[in-house]
Amino acid sequence: MRKLYRFHGGIHPPSNKMQSTRNGIARAPLPAKLIVPLQQHAGEAAKPVVQAGDHVLKGQLIGMPDGFVSSAVHAPTSGTIAAIDLQLIAHPSGLPNLCATLIPDGKDEWVEIKPVDYRSHSSDDLQQLLRMAGVVGLGGAAFPSDIKLRTGKQKITTLILNGAECEPYITCDDMLMRERAAEIVQGAEILRFMLDATEVLIGVEDNKPEAIAALQQAISADSAVLEQNRRHEVVAIPTIYPGGGAKQLIRVITGLEVPSGKLPTDVGVQCFNVATAWSVYRALVYGEPLLSRVITITGNVRHAQNYEVLIGTPIDELVALSEALPDTDHYIMGGPMMGMPLPAVHVPAVKATNCIIAASAKLFPPPPPAMPCIRCTRCVEVCPAELQPQDLYWFAQSKEFGRAQVFSLFDCIECGACSYVCPSHIPLVQYYRFSKSEIRAREHDKQLADQARERHEFREHRIEREKREKADKLAAREKATQTAKLASSQPSATQPTELEASRAHIREVAQSGTEPNATEIDIP
Amino acid sequence: MLSALLVMAAIAIVLGAVLGFAAIKFHTEGNPLVDKIDAVLPQTQCGQCSYPGCKPYATAIAAGEADINRCPPGGEEGIQKLADLLGVEFKPFGSDTAAPKPKSVAYIDESTCIGCTLCIQACPVDAIAGAAKQMHTIIAVECTGCELCVAPCPVDCISMPVIEEKISNWKWKYPLYALNAAQTTDQTTDQTTATGAVR
Repeated sequence: MRKLYRFHGGIHPPSNKMQSTRNGIARAPLPAKLIVPLQQHAGEAAKPVVQAGDHVLKGQLIGMPDGFVSSAVHAPTSGTIAAIDLQLIAHPSGLPNLCATLIPDGKDEWVEIKPVDYRSHSSDDLQQLLRMAGVVGLGGAAFPSDIKLRTGKQKITTLILNGAECEPYITCDDMLMRERAAEIVQGAEILRFMLDATEVLIGVEDNKPEAIAALQQAISADSAVLEQNRRHEVVAIPTIYPGGGAKQLIRVITGLEVPSGKLPTDVGVQCFNVATAWSVYRALVYGEPLLSRVITITGNVRHAQNYEVLIGTPIDELVALSEALPDTDHYIMGGPMMGMPLPAVHVPAVKATNCIIAASAKLFPPPPPAMPCIRCTRCVEVCPAELQPQDLYWFAQSKEFGRAQVFSLFDCIECGACSYVCPSHIPLVQYYRFSKSEIRAREHDKQLADQARERHEFREHRIEREKREKADKLAAREKATQTAKLASSQPSATQPTELEASRAHIREVAQSGTEPNATEIDIP
Repeated sequence: MLSALLVMAAIAIVLGAVLGFAAIKFHTEGNPLVDKIDAVLPQTQCGQCSYPGCKPYATAIAAGEADINRCPPGGEEGIQKLADLLGVEFKPFGSDTAAPKPKSVAYIDESTCIGCTLCIQACPVDAIAGAAKQMHTIIAVECTGCELCVAPCPVDCISMPVIEEKISNWKWKYPLYALNAAQTTDQTTDQTTATGAVR
């Protein structure tokens, strides 16, 4: 039995996972229309490479990665691109973003796909393949996986697969582990190969015994794992929210603490979601880009279930499959702790969509009005990042962003544990998000201002230089005309030029037979 | 008595030497306060403060010749920052300066542009590309929105559209919520409402 550690704080919200695990993963039917956003990942949006009216095949590239942190976007099925325009997407702002609308032709015809034997490729090649396959973290942040595999000189000893799934209601990773454990284990082996890690630890919360058993069986049956005698291990971790946070999971499994402002790779660990491992396996062993994912539809619905959903499927069609109850008044994407309310139910499912919760006033009663902070510090007790949430709240209110940064605001993982226990019902996380985005905006403005200053100073310098050069030129011309005047007033024929004089001198030396010394001859 | 005088004189000489050395060693060119003030200013180089750029305005503030409330692009927050930096009272915008406006970026209507290069000469940050009798265009990322190019244009083809809110520049808002009459909450219902439930 492996020794486990604890992270600070944490809470025990009711898990509500049973509803959606009664049935296996079902395949959602092909919708009449797919809306594929060109930015589904952290970083730069992909650049569209198709036009409205183009016929595309399943798996065909429609968005080219653009920039260092970016990822590809593909057509989830064969059909015709109806439009590339701004569409409402699942984003807390409720603003539209560039999307490709695809009308499926129903043939589901694949583009030519090329499986690769990962063992015969370098890690760099595989990273490029994953980037072009659009593989991003499926835990919710959608960070491009190829960047996380680009560890450079850092030695990774431990690869951790995150199957904790600590948020209430969400069961998509649980069901994936139960049903596709063998593929997850093989995906883990590919990731281990790319990172050259020595061990693979799959962290699963102990409220998912079926998933743990399935993974253990898959590991013992996997020949690639057995023949290399690698250490693959399933680690059952205690069920505490937010045990699935990367830094918290690393702490629990290895006892290592990722320092503030550092990455897990700085302590020799890298972390991937189990669903990401599965999509890495599909992308390399089958050559299939990331076109679908498993999404939990739960909450105020008649049949809560997990569906394998094509990216771009409108969420209202999924909700209809599970039959949302009539008193549903809004929908949450993600879990109840960290998720966000959807701006509209017809927005498309994206790579980051792990769960859709139909919410009603009965299931999630509106929070009572926020009362003043009484400094009870219950938020401090539960904060998994060991911050002082009540102070950060204070700084956000007074807009003292500098002090908030001193108090490690950016270590906040926005898990919502502080808001959950707050007896005054203060929406604390919203204050931290406000502070964070204000700080980011200010830093961006500062950068632009510095750039403008530099350009302005260079312009002043250039104008000054041009003025000087003009003056110099004018002076030189004046001087030239003066000397010309002077020369024309005197007879020039009697005065041999310097060049002619030196040539004559060389001729003399050559005629006299003496070897000319280089230092003696001075040719201008 | 004499020894005391000698000791004091010796200390004075030594300390004087240290101070003299420090004055040479740690000598700073120019006024460091000017750079500090300049760092706070928004660098639009728009001249709305009546000085020909941010640096001259910073120099004037440092010399005590200009007030801190003359920079509309910096907004009231900019005045507050200057007040904090200089240890003076906050001062609202005067009646002789323009009111702060939302950030905008210049846009050239390329079908109207005659390629006169007057705007290129006016731009303080070289954010306009073009040549004589060729169409000009704004390098939007470099544009500070100073509006100095608008007036010289003989065909009025430059407009200043306000920068729209997009997903890429969207910011989380300060949490505001309506205060309703107190409700009685049922403690037995699911209390799993943290971030997602606040709409």
